[in-house]
Order: sequence, then structure tokens, then C-alpha cells
Amino acid sequence: MSQPRAPDGARAVPPAQIGTRDPVGSCLVSTRTAQAARQGHGGDVVCAVRDLTKTYPAVRGRRGAPGTPEVRATDGVRIDIRRGEIFGLLGPNGAGKSTLVRQLTGLMRPDRGSVDILGHDIVRHPERAARILAYLGQESTALDELTVSLAAETTGRLRGLDVRSARAERDTVLEELGLAALASRPLRKLSGGQRRLACFAAALVGERPLLVLDEPTAGMDPIARRAVWGAVDRRRAENGTTVLLVTHNVIEAETVLDRVAVMDQGRVIACDTPSGLKEQVAGEVRLELVWRERAPLDVPEVAALRDRAVESGRRWALRLAPEEARAAVAAVTGGAAFAALDDFTLATPSLEDVYLALGGSAGNVRGLVKA
Amino acid sequence: MSVVPAEVLPGRALPVEDAVAEQAAELGPRARLWPALCAVYRAQLSRARVARIPLLFVATFQSIGIMVLMRGVVDGGGEARAVVAGSSVLVVAFVALNLLAQYFGQLRASGGLDHYATLPVPPAAVVLGAAGAYASFTVPGTVVTAVFGCVLFGLPMAHLWILAAVIPLAGAALAGLGAALGLLAPRPELATLLGQLGMSAALLLGVLPADRLPTVVQYARDLLPSTYGVEAFGLTFEAHPDWGVVVLDLAVCAGVGVVSLAIATWAYRRAAVR
Repeated sequence: MSQPRAPDGARAVPPAQIGTRDPVGSCLVSTRTAQAARQGHGGDVVCAVRDLTKTYPAVRGRRGAPGTPEVRATDGVRIDIRRGEIFGLLGPNGAGKSTLVRQLTGLMRPDRGSVDILGHDIVRHPERAARILAYLGQESTALDELTVSLAAETTGRLRGLDVRSARAERDTVLEELGLAALASRPLRKLSGGQRRLACFAAALVGERPLLVLDEPTAGMDPIARRAVWGAVDRRRAENGTTVLLVTHNVIEAETVLDRVAVMDQGRVIACDTPSGLKEQVAGEVRLELVWRERAPLDVPEVAALRDRAVESGRRWALRLAPEEARAAVAAVTGGAAFAALDDFTLATPSLEDVYLALGGSAGNVRGLVKA
Repeated sequence: MSVVPAEVLPGRALPVEDAVAEQAAELGPRARLWPALCAVYRAQLSRARVARIPLLFVATFQSIGIMVLMRGVVDGGGEARAVVAGSSVLVVAFVALNLLAQYFGQLRASGGLDHYATLPVPPAAVVLGAAGAYASFTVPGTVVTAVFGCVLFGLPMAHLWILAAVIPLAGAALAGLGAALGLLAPRPELATLLGQLGMSAALLLGVLPADRLPTVVQYARDLLPSTYGVEAFGLTFEAHPDWGVVVLDLAVCAGVGVVSLAIATWAYRRAAVR
């Protein structure tokens, strides 16, 4: 990691901007832009999204099935994705990530707003998206009955490669991802993670400057994950490939993303580097307590903590100021409470805490799996 | 872990790049119709090895079974010709209409169309490639059924070569219909249902000798594209077939094929971008 870091002041986001209706402000003060502005590089923006709005109409209830009200799947979304970065969309299920991605890939027309990818207006010319970006969706049904080799080759040919280059690229990509041994197996005979990797391979055949990956590593083992991120990094280094990543996985988001937009109810509620976002809740630490059987509520310090804890069975999760956390740890490890304590962890905040602090609507954050 | 900071990537350091970025970037190549069609066709054919072969047996056995049944009712002449021709084309209807409607119905419902829709491939290539592959699946079953029928009913095999025209043309008409039904049906179960109904219609209206049917049903028979394939094929069992009528019947198949494949392509476009 030889990345030059901006002084922290350049990255810090004024708290007033957090959670405001227009989150762009927070996008524009992140490290990279601050540096770029200093170095005289205006925008090297690969994908610019402005005021993107899509409303699903209300469905009238039929017999037995209740109707659903009108839903704003994306609500005035504005993001800038810069060349060569891995930009993440993070949020719980139903936050609007997939709808946003469908609009960026030309699969869905927005009601309002604009999408500009490398100078092309995707709202007006959705068919151009296929010639600029490669998309890895969540479904593999179109490829399931093909062999790994044919899935990659056919996808390459449909991306406009001739037979010879499609086969050459297929061989290179399968080799690169360690899929050569599985090349002649049909996708649906593979495990979930292997199938996902094969679909990722198909997405890579026929180089594109922008990769849109919807949960590319779902179900993968660590070796396959490493193959995916290795392949992505190689393309970034050699071709300046840009990646838009949809993810549920907070841990992965923290490690691979350059910048992340946190989405909730169709809006971008924050946008910054993972560490920049975490600084927004830097004043707090996360304390997790696991009791042997149940919490010793007869201890006054423990009883006092209960109001602030998110309880799930024997497990309590708390967000506390550092000195409060210190006192709490002393209380539970020192006196009578220690006998009832099974385990505890004290950690700096994760993106999950950021999401909670930003006022994500899903209080229990079901969609954000902390794997 | 990403190890490449955006700042050190090629192109970042050059001010010229920024000027270029102002203009629209060059688009990737578009897949042309024929190569894309061939690629889709080849991929679809390869699926047969995994999924379709058992269904081909079903289609063939069904037609052979119907002929054996009809053997007890029909004893030669024009009716025998109609039964053999109808049973042979029924194989085409089973695979090209019924199975293709199911395939596209499921592909659409599961989001599988997104894969094709995010590739720069002409919609016609996807529809024609799949329809062509499904029509090809019918070849062995149709030939086996026709030969078996000829032996069973003692019909001449001299003009069986007409199958080389009947299968692709009836196949185009029925596969186009199947693809359109599959892509237009709002739910996959409906696509399956419509495919089954279409095949049942081809069975009843194609296999049963026309002159025994009520007038209303005969009109329905005239509306079904498979009928013209059946008629064309049936005529060639005569000692001196009226080739003009055969060509006319096949031309109707071709016309329906063009129209239904065009509708299917439109339906694909509509289903792909919502």
C-alpha cells in the first residue's frame, strides 16, 4: 500500500452533512477528490449519476393478497464513480441497490434523472451500456446448462469478440481464476461458489472499462474470493478498470472498497471512503458482551447498561464513548458480574455501526451481514 | 484487498487524459447478427446434452404411441397419411413450441434475460439462435417418427426428403410462436400452460384426419401454423404429389415463421428492458 494519504482534515466530513437530503457534499470531500482538486485534476469521472429516481407503482390488492403502496426504489440518487476505483453500494435488502444497478446497466429506465458513463447518456441510449460495461448479475440461469468453458466463450462472442480472441481470452481468464480444471463441467453441477466464479469469469471475457458486480463473491470460499479480487486488481493496474460493487458483506466492503455509498430507502445516506465513514462515528467504540446464561441485572452497573444495549439472546451489543466503554469493561470484568460473563469484545466501529449511526431505517440491520 | 490506488493508475497522471475524458469514450464492439446467432445456437445446442435428450425421447415416444393407437382405427389411404404427417410434426410442436415457451418463460421469470440484455447482442440473434436450436432438437425425433409411421402404415418413403424443408419451416413457425408465448406470458406457469395448450392443439388438430372434424374445429385447424406443415408433408406420400400445393403450404409456414419470430424478437426487447 503506497497510497499517499491526505491529511485527515481533508477527509473529515462535517457532521452537518451527514444524512442530509443531498449527500453529494460528503462524496466530494473524500480523500481522492480533495487530492485530485489540489493536483489540478478536475473530474476523471467514469460514471456520473444525477437525481436518479424510480418509483414502482402501487399494486392493488387482490383476493387474499394485500396490495403494496407505491415504492420509491431510488430517490434522487447522485453519485460519481471515478476512474480506477472500486466503488461500493452498501445497504440492507430493499435499499434500492439493485434498482440503481439496473438503471446504470440500461436494464431499467428511470422515471427521472441522468446516468452518464464515460460520456454516454445511458438513459437516452440504454443499449450503449452493454458496450461500455460488463455486468455480473445475481442470476446464472442463462448459463447454468453450459460448461464453464462454453459459458465464458459464448459471453465473449456476444461481447463482439471473434472466435479466436474469444477462445484466447477464455483460456486466459479460466487459468487466471483457477477454473481450468472445471472447464468442461456444466455450471449447474458446480457448487454455488464455483458457479459464481464461473459467471465472474464470463463477465471478464471481452475487456470492459467498467465492471458492475452484484455480490460477486457470494457463497465463495476464501481462495475463490482472493482469485476474484486478484483479477480485479490486475485489471485496475493494467487498464485502469473501474468497479461498481454491490455488497451486503461489511467486512469485504471495508477491505476492498475505495469508496462506498451507503443506501437506505432508495437514497444515498452517506458516501466516503470506508475509513472516512468510520471516522464519523469515531467517537464511539463497540462493546459486545456475552453472558453465560443471562445478564446479572442485580449488579447496578450492568442494569444501567441494559437500556443502551441491543440484546439478542445472551449477547449484548453497545455503542459507547471510549471512557464509558472502559468503565463498562471494568465493571463487568471486575466484580460480581464477571462470574456471569462468558466473553466480551471491544472494537472500533465497523461500517455496520456507521450505518446505524447514520440513521438507517432498519434498526436491526438485517440485510447487513457481518460475516 | 485492493492494492492499486486510483492515483497511480495509468492515465491518471496525463493531463491530456482529462481532456479526452470530456468526450465520449469509444464504445466496445457490437456483436454482429450472424456470429452472435451462431454463438447462441451453439450454446443452446450444447444444452441438449445436459437437459434436453430425455425430453426428445418423450416427444418421439408420444408420437409413435399415437400412431400405434391410430393403427387400429385407420387403415391406409388419406387418413393414414394424415396420421403419419401429423405425428411427425407433433414432435416439432412438442419441442419447438412447448419446450421453447417454457424455456423463455423461465428465463424471463428468473432474471436470466439480464445476461443477454447486458451484452451488445442483437435481440434477433438471441431469439433466432434459441429457436434454431430447438428446431434442430426436433430433427432426430421427427425423422424416426416419420420412418416408423411409413413402415407401420405401409407408406412410400420416396419423398421423405421433404422433411428437410418441413422441419425448418414448421420449426420456425412453431418456435417463433413458442418464443413469443414464453416471452409475453406474465408468469412462467402461464408460459408453460400456453405451450402445453399449443401442443395439445397441434396434436388434436394435426393428427386427427381433417374431414372427420366438425366445421368449427376445421376453421381452428386452419389457424394453426403446424397444420400447413402437416398438409405439405402428408401430400408427399401420394404417388404424384401436387408440388404446387406443397410449396404453398410450406410458404404459409415460412410466412408465419417470419411474423412470429419478429413478434418474439419484439417481445424479447420488451422483456429485457423494463
